[in-house]
Amino acid sequence: MTSPLPTDAAPADDAPVVRVSGVGVRFGSNQVLRDVSLSLRAGTITALLGTNGAGKSTLIGAISGANAAYTGEIAVGGSVQRLGSPARARRAGIETVHQRIADGIVPGLSVADNLALTDLATGGHRLVRRAEAERIARSALDRLGLTWSDEVLRADADRLGTSDAQLLVLARALRSTPRLLILDEPTSALTAAEADRLFAVLRVLRDEGLAILFVSHRFGEIERLADRIVVLRDGRLELDARRPFDWHAALEAMLGVPTELQQHIAEPLPAGREVLAVEEAVLLPGAEPLSLRIAEGQVTGILGLLGAGKTELAELVAGVRPAGDARLSLDGEPYRPASPAAAIAAGVVLVPEDRQRQGIQPGWSIAHTVGLPVLRALSRAGVMASRREHAAADEVIDAYGVVAPSADARVDDLSGGNQQKVVVGRWLRTGPRLAVLDEPFRGVDIGARRRIGDAARDRAGRGAAVLVLSSDVDEILDVADRIIVLVSGRVVLDTPAGAMDRARIVAALLDDPGHRKESA
Amino acid sequence: MTSVSAPVRPPVRPRVGSRIVDAIAKWGFVAVTVLLIVFFAVTQPVFATPENLVGMLKYIAPIGIAGLGVTLAMTVGGLDLSVGANAGFAVSIAAWTMVIGNQVGGIAVGVVLLSGALIGAINAALIVFARIPDLLATLATMFTVVGLKLIIVDGKSISSQMTLDDGTTAPGRFTPDFLWFDRGFIGPISVPVVLFLGLTVVLWFVLDRTRWGRALSAVGSNPEAARLAGIRVRVYRAAAYIGCGILASIAGLVLAARIGQGDATAGNSLLLDAVAVALVGVSVLGIGRPNAWGTALGAVLIAVMVTGFSMMGLPYYIQDFGKGLVLLVALLFSFTFRRRKTTIVAGSTTAS
Repeated sequence: MTSPLPTDAAPADDAPVVRVSGVGVRFGSNQVLRDVSLSLRAGTITALLGTNGAGKSTLIGAISGANAAYTGEIAVGGSVQRLGSPARARRAGIETVHQRIADGIVPGLSVADNLALTDLATGGHRLVRRAEAERIARSALDRLGLTWSDEVLRADADRLGTSDAQLLVLARALRSTPRLLILDEPTSALTAAEADRLFAVLRVLRDEGLAILFVSHRFGEIERLADRIVVLRDGRLELDARRPFDWHAALEAMLGVPTELQQHIAEPLPAGREVLAVEEAVLLPGAEPLSLRIAEGQVTGILGLLGAGKTELAELVAGVRPAGDARLSLDGEPYRPASPAAAIAAGVVLVPEDRQRQGIQPGWSIAHTVGLPVLRALSRAGVMASRREHAAADEVIDAYGVVAPSADARVDDLSGGNQQKVVVGRWLRTGPRLAVLDEPFRGVDIGARRRIGDAARDRAGRGAAVLVLSSDVDEILDVADRIIVLVSGRVVLDTPAGAMDRARIVAALLDDPGHRKESA
Repeated sequence: MTSVSAPVRPPVRPRVGSRIVDAIAKWGFVAVTVLLIVFFAVTQPVFATPENLVGMLKYIAPIGIAGLGVTLAMTVGGLDLSVGANAGFAVSIAAWTMVIGNQVGGIAVGVVLLSGALIGAINAALIVFARIPDLLATLATMFTVVGLKLIIVDGKSISSQMTLDDGTTAPGRFTPDFLWFDRGFIGPISVPVVLFLGLTVVLWFVLDRTRWGRALSAVGSNPEAARLAGIRVRVYRAAAYIGCGILASIAGLVLAARIGQGDATAGNSLLLDAVAVALVGVSVLGIGRPNAWGTALGAVLIAVMVTGFSMMGLPYYIQDFGKGLVLLVALLFSFTFRRRKTTIVAGSTTAS
C-alpha cells in the first residue's frame, strides 16, 4: 500500500476538528450510548467499528445532528455547539453520506441537477439554467478529480451505477467544503474495484486536510485505508488505536471478553443423518458459491459478522428469498421453497432476525401470536378453537418461563427477552424438521438466552436439525455442537464444538479476503 | 453484542386524565348515540315509534353494508374507494337486466353479485399483482366503473315501462321478487335490516372467530411477519377486495330495490358515508382496529343523527356537517388521544 501514514508530528493548528466529550444518548429506558469521548483531527481517516447495536449509528447521529437529544458536549473547531439538526451540523462543517445511496439521489433530475442540488436549494437561485447547473456540477466533480461527459451530466441520475451514484453524493457533500466528512458503510454496495476507486479519492481528500470518519465492517479495507480505529461496544468506547492495528485486540474489543456466565458445550451432540444440503449458493454479490450440509440431532452454529451472509443464508433456506442458482435438498429430496409457506409445509421454520418488523403483529395477544403459524391445527372447520389456542400459548409460557400475566397479554407489552421466547417457542413447539434461528439472542437478557438455548438443544436432542446464526462468538459457543464461521459469504471454519478454543474461532473471523494485499 | 439486561419497563400507572380519555375513547360513541336517541325521543315524539326506528335502520342499511365492505378492505391494511361506484353499477345493471333484458329479479341479483365480485377481483389484481397503491387503484376503478355504467345505460336512468330509443316500450320491469329486497319482511323485520344485521354478524364471525379472519388481520397488522409465519398474503389481500366488492354490490341491490328504478346517480354519495362509518367503527369501543360491530354502530349513529336532524327541520346540508364532525372526533380518538397505537394503515399499502 502506498497510502501515507499519518504524520504524528502535528501541524501548528492541530486543534481537533470535532471534539466529542462525554456524549450519551438514551432511547426510552435504553442507554444506547454512554460517555463517549473522541477527538477527530484534520487529515486523519478514522474507522468506526462495532457489532450490530453497539451504538455506531447513534454516535454518528449525534455528530451529524440527527440525534439532537444527546447529553455531553460536542465542540466543532474548538467551540462547543449544540448540533440540534442536520442543517445545523452542516453549517458547522460536518457532512454525512448515508449508507443508502439511493436516498441521496433525486430520480427524474439529471446528474448535473443532482450534483448542484444543495447549491441551488440554498444559493438563492430562482430560475435554474442548465448551463449554471452543469457549471456547478463540473466544479463539484473537479474536487474529486473526475471529469464526466456532458452526456452523463444530462442523463437521469437514476441511471447511474451504485459506485457513480456514491461518487455523486460524495462530490455534492464536498461542495460546502466540510471540515469533517462522515461516511456510513460507504462500501457496502460496491465491488472491490469500485471501493478501491473510492479509497483513492478519500486518501486525496485526507491529504488535503479533511477529517474523515467512516463506518465499516470489513477489516481488510480498514487496514488499507484508516489511520486510526475506534471500537464501540454496548454504547461505550472500548478501543482507540493507531497504526499498526492489532486486529485481535480490535475484535476482542468488538465482541467483548468471555464472562464467567459462560456455559460452553461440554459434550457436543453427535451429528445424525444429513437433513439439509446447500450447494452453489452465492450469498453475496460476487462471493464464492457456498456449500453446506446440516445434520439432525445437533445444533449447528453459524458465526459471522454483519455482512457475512448469515441472514441471506437463513432466508434462502426458509423460502424468503429466491434460491437462484443454489441447489438445496431436504432429507435427500430436492427442496426449492417458493415461499415461507412452502418451507413451513416442508418442515423448515425460521425465527427471523428482526423481531419487531418480521416476528410479531403489533397489538396481538400471546395466544394469537403463538397460534398464527398453526391456524389450521388450532381450528375446527375453520373456526378457531380458543381453548386449543390458549393451551398452545400456555405450553410456550410454561416451557420458556415467559413473564406475562396470561396468554391474553399483549405481546408488544412484554420485554424483548419474553417476546423472543414467544416467537422462538411458537416455532419450536411445532416440531420442525429444521429450525433456523437468526440472531435469536439479540436484545435478550441472559435468563431468556439460557431458556432459548436450552430449548434449541432440547429440540435437536429429539432429532431435529437446528441452525443458530449469530454475530456473537459466545452466543455460538454457548449453544452450538458444531461451529461454522462465515466470512464474506464463504465458510472459513467448520469444526465440532470443544475442538476449537475461542481465540482460534475469533481468528477465523479475521479471515477477510480484503486482507490479501493483491489489490492494486 | 446483545445487551445483557433487557430494558426494564417502568410500571405504567395511567394518570387520571388519561384514564378519562381512555374511558371516553371506549364508551364515547356509545354514549353519544344513546344521548342522541334520548334527546330526539324526548323532543320529537315521532322519533321513538317502532316504525321510525326500523325505518332508520332500513335507511342506513346500504351505507352500513358498504361500510362492512370497507371494513374488510381495511382489515388487510387497505382501502376501497370504488364501493360507491360498485353499488351504483349494481343499481343500473339490475335495472338494465330486468327492464331492458326482461329478466326476473333472481337473474338480476345474480348479475349484480357477479359484477360486484368482478369489480373486487379487478381491484385485487391491480393492487396485489400490478402493485398499484390501493387508494390509486380503487380511484381508477371508481372512475372506470362509473363511466362504464353510464355507457351501458346510455347515460339514462332506467325505469319500468320507459320508452326506448326506437320508440318502443321497454319489455321488462322491476319484478316483485326483486322489490322484496326493500319491501319484504323476514318474520317481523324488514329485509334490508335483516341483511344489514345478518352481514354484520357474518363479518364479525369471520374476522373474529375463524382462522381466515385471523390471517386477514395478520396481513393488515404486519404483512411481512404474516408472510414469514406462512400466511399467503397475496391470496388474503385479494380475497378481502373481492369480499368488499360483493358487499358493495349487495348494498347496491338494497339501494336499487328501494329506489325502484335504475337511477344513474345512485351510489355517488355512498362512498363517503361507507368510508366514514368504517372509520368511526375503528374508534368505537376503543378497539382501535377495523371491526364489524363498530362499523354497524357507526352506521346507526349516523342514521340517528340524520333522521333526528331532518325531524327537527334542519336543512339537509347540516347532515353532512354533522357527519363530518362525527368522523373528525372519531379520528381524533383513533389517532391522537390513544396511548396504544391504532393499527389501521389504510391507504398506505403497496403490494409487498
